[in-house]
Amino acid sequence: MFYIYCPHCGEHREEEEFHAKGQAHLARPLDPDNCTDHEWGEYLYMRKNPRGLHHEIWIHATGCRKFFNMTRDTVSYEIKEVYKIGERPSVVAAS
Amino acid sequence: MSQKNRLASGGRVDRAKALNFSYNGRQYPGFEGDTVASALLANGVDIVGRSFKYSRPRGIIAAGAEEPNAVLQVGSTEATQVPNVRATQQSLFNGLVCSATNGWPNADLDLMGYVGKVGGRMMPPGFYYKTFMYPQSLWETYEKFIRKAAGLGRSSTERDPDMYDKVNHHCDLMIVGAGPAGLAAALVAARSGARVILADEQSEFGGSLLDTRETLNGRPAAEWVATVVAELKQHPEVLLLPRSTVNGYHDHNFLTIHERCTDHLGDQAPAGQVRQRMHRVRANQVVLATGAHERPLVFGNNDVPGCMQAAAVSTYINRYAVVPGKELVLMTTNDHAYQAALDWHDAGRKVVAIVDTRQNPKGDRIDAARSRGLKIIAGSGVIEVQGSKRVTGVSIAPLNAAGDALAGSVERLSCDTVASSGGWSPVIHLSCHTGSRPEWRDDVIGFVPGKTVQKQHCAGGINGTYGLKAVLEEGARAGAAACEAAGFGDAAKGISLPLAEKVREGKAMALFHIPHTKPTSRAPKQFVDYQNDVTAAGIELATREGFESIEHVKRYTAMGFGTDQGKLGNINGMAVAAKSLNQTIPQTGTTIFRPNYTPVTFGAVAGRDCGALFDVNRFSAMHKWHVANGALFEDVGQWKRPWYFPQGGETMQQALDRECKATRESVGILDASTLGKIDIQGKDAREFLARVYTNAWAKLPVGKCRYGLMCGEDGMVFDDGVTSCLADNHFLMTTTTGGAARVLEWLELYHQTEWPELEVYFSSVTDHWATMTISGPNARKLLSELTDLDLDRDTFKFMDWRQGDVAGVPARVFRISFTGELSYEINVQANYGLHVWEKLFEHGAKYNLTPYGTETMHVLRAEKGFIIAGQDTDGSVTPIDLGMSWCVSNTKPFSYIGKRGMAREDCVRTDRKHLVGLKTRDPKVVIPEGAQAVNDPKQPIPMTMLGHVTSSYYSANLGHSVAMGFVRNGHNRMGETVFYPLADGRVIEAEICNPVFLDPKGERQNV
Ligand SMILES: [Zn+2]
Repeated sequence: MFYIYCPHCGEHREEEEFHAKGQAHLARPLDPDNCTDHEWGEYLYMRKNPRGLHHEIWIHATGCRKFFNMTRDTVSYEIKEVYKIGERPSVVAAS
Repeated sequence: MSQKNRLASGGRVDRAKALNFSYNGRQYPGFEGDTVASALLANGVDIVGRSFKYSRPRGIIAAGAEEPNAVLQVGSTEATQVPNVRATQQSLFNGLVCSATNGWPNADLDLMGYVGKVGGRMMPPGFYYKTFMYPQSLWETYEKFIRKAAGLGRSSTERDPDMYDKVNHHCDLMIVGAGPAGLAAALVAARSGARVILADEQSEFGGSLLDTRETLNGRPAAEWVATVVAELKQHPEVLLLPRSTVNGYHDHNFLTIHERCTDHLGDQAPAGQVRQRMHRVRANQVVLATGAHERPLVFGNNDVPGCMQAAAVSTYINRYAVVPGKELVLMTTNDHAYQAALDWHDAGRKVVAIVDTRQNPKGDRIDAARSRGLKIIAGSGVIEVQGSKRVTGVSIAPLNAAGDALAGSVERLSCDTVASSGGWSPVIHLSCHTGSRPEWRDDVIGFVPGKTVQKQHCAGGINGTYGLKAVLEEGARAGAAACEAAGFGDAAKGISLPLAEKVREGKAMALFHIPHTKPTSRAPKQFVDYQNDVTAAGIELATREGFESIEHVKRYTAMGFGTDQGKLGNINGMAVAAKSLNQTIPQTGTTIFRPNYTPVTFGAVAGRDCGALFDVNRFSAMHKWHVANGALFEDVGQWKRPWYFPQGGETMQQALDRECKATRESVGILDASTLGKIDIQGKDAREFLARVYTNAWAKLPVGKCRYGLMCGEDGMVFDDGVTSCLADNHFLMTTTTGGAARVLEWLELYHQTEWPELEVYFSSVTDHWATMTISGPNARKLLSELTDLDLDRDTFKFMDWRQGDVAGVPARVFRISFTGELSYEINVQANYGLHVWEKLFEHGAKYNLTPYGTETMHVLRAEKGFIIAGQDTDGSVTPIDLGMSWCVSNTKPFSYIGKRGMAREDCVRTDRKHLVGLKTRDPKVVIPEGAQAVNDPKQPIPMTMLGHVTSSYYSANLGHSVAMGFVRNGHNRMGETVFYPLADGRVIEAEICNPVFLDPKGERQNV
């Protein structure tokens, strides 16, 4: 069970207070009506499943109800950083 | 009655406190301080079970958690039955009742033994693997047989009378194991002022120091233990947990501890006390001081009762004053095990021989054995044991230097006990739980914890460090390092460790499997994993059949399965596989352990979260009234909603018919408080609504309500409800009862991640309001008696809302309808709810005001063709599929959620499954919900399925059944017939129709 630092509350809390909401940094296309079916399908359904660093959205569901991003290692389950929505990760996989 | 194996003095048992217990229906005496295992051995009980597959008699091998055989069923009454209790871990109490779980009808007289001989052939290695690969039906055939034969224990069929508990902790240091390393670490940590939890699975702290004959500061080691424990008790930040097994080590230094608070006192906890407690610990730093388990050697018939771990022999003698036999043969690969022979001899029993696999053993303990005149046979091994229900002798033979072949002729020795030691396996289980792969060390001849991402420190036996002096030093160092990491500075200063004896030890030999005169496959069975009856021959067979990875070998043979989890057998099994594959142990793989370390009761897992406290119940403000008026309830999420209100001896259908008719003929009332309510404010609230609903919101004026559909980005409906404009920047959204939390999170997700520039705020107000809907032609008359609001049909129109007083309290009244009747939804502050409800009934009697629940609500809305999101939708239907294109805007400037999704190629097909009304040919027949439509009921199975029925009821108002369901291309098939073949052979014929069965023009709600 994870021990998660909420960047909004400024505290570590138990995983039970949070939900994971999937991959982060999936911006909604600004002009959906001009996306092709393929482009919209990519946005809707295509997700990364990396072995290693992953950027995810979480919500402090039973706490402050705010969303934030998390960089997590999917192998070791280490949380490398949490950062607010709109910010970019500082820990990224070597490309 | 005599305890024939009990020594007259010594040990940590209290001879003044005699206890009686029952094993397999016979009474035995024991003493306080005994475990069930030590008491059984004291009484000379050899057989504690029958083996899983071959039904061979089995005895006690170990003295701790690693015991594979003595797994008992404990409990004197049906309600207090506990399966899978290790006799070595269960403290004895007076009146304890236990029995062997293997063996039928019992372990001594075992009828299954005959079947077992068949079973051995029937269940060859690979049995599970092969069985699971066959069709499932075969497994069902085997399962009954296996359960009966294996005796896996059973749970109680009655309610557990005991109370269990859970507790959460945060600490600086969690120290696992209170042996010498753990105690040294705890002492350092306690003095630093850190918050420390020290847990140990045994009844008292001390670990190996409880049965060692080594001294500390020249005094018995147990005295030092007592001093340390006394000091630890004085530190306010130290929590000591004996009888507490750390069963799981999870991510981010989260550990679960299973504390057995009263299991040593009796079958049932004393009144008012908690029997077991689950501690959930979030630790800053963890010190693993879990020690090591001695590894028995693998040789012929090594499972005959009387074969034991060497260290267990010492433990029984020194700690429990029990010598588990008369004549001992010890086989060892190392110096340490000589202690068993020394203890045996010093207890006055006969050591027949010490068989050392090494050619030239040298060390202090060997000298001690020689000085006592014990016979040491070097460079030899026990190749085979004689006896069936108890050891009667052994065959020994010289080994070559490598230990992989015999080097001379076989000699027989007579004895009743064979102790063996192949060295020690560090107890690395907890370290493995978090995914750390163990590493093999040749110098340790075992696996030690590998790299970990946890804040974990290891000390003592878990590192393969076994000398007492070194163990104490490592413990203190680990404690200090953990303290420093936790911010408790230079903790190690001023700690003086007790002086341990220096013991010279020779090098141990890496030997696991003793060769036999015959090849392994033809030699007597050489057991590797006792609990799963896995033999060396079975592992060799697995490698011959091509299973080369140890993970595959384990699955093939079942090695390391069950409650044992490979504590004794895993490394020996790997060694056998490695030898067979001609490679080293690390080349063969590694060993991995998963939680839980030992079995945990469901009581401890559940704690207080059972019965009425299993889940949260939510009640509306009028709940008491519903109960008083005979409502039956339905669970909707966590809510208890009235289902229907039967009167007298009414059947459900009779009650529904009455409720439905009363509502349409006069007036009915529904408690709608559970509908989700979200208060939305901010200057961009209106814009936000336009983006999340499929219909238009820009022009909704203050005082008006509007129905809205919410879709996902894929264009599929996921919730619906009415939203009202309270003020220009203020809206009240309603959601389905079950969707309330999800919708709020959805709104927050889009606001926080996509459109943070919009100024809008959301707040759940579901519980703040009590909501009651009065519905029916007399609704206006009834309400007018209680309100100052002008209810004139042209002033307070359909889809208007007004603020006013109802029954003397402030209310929001919404003229919206889910029944198609003239309806008012009255919302008052929840604390006034019951008052207003009762007032309505005071005035409503003359109108036959009839309370109804969710079922009548469903019938009434189905008569009108109104959908329920989640019942008539399943995440795969668009608004168009539902026939609700009137609720979808194509002109809104912003591409709202769902718009693009609905335009995908597959969503614009005209022959998708459509929601339609279904009128049965026989008006009395109600199609079961879930029934599948087909065009041709005579088509051979599998038929072409067109879609399922989502809502189906009998309508008393219409005099016929009403149903909605999906039919492929249904909107274009109005008037056509489909068929519903049912499992019972009936076929129901229905006509596709408009789902609005009643008042299609909507006149009734506009009166
Ligand atoms: Zn928070």
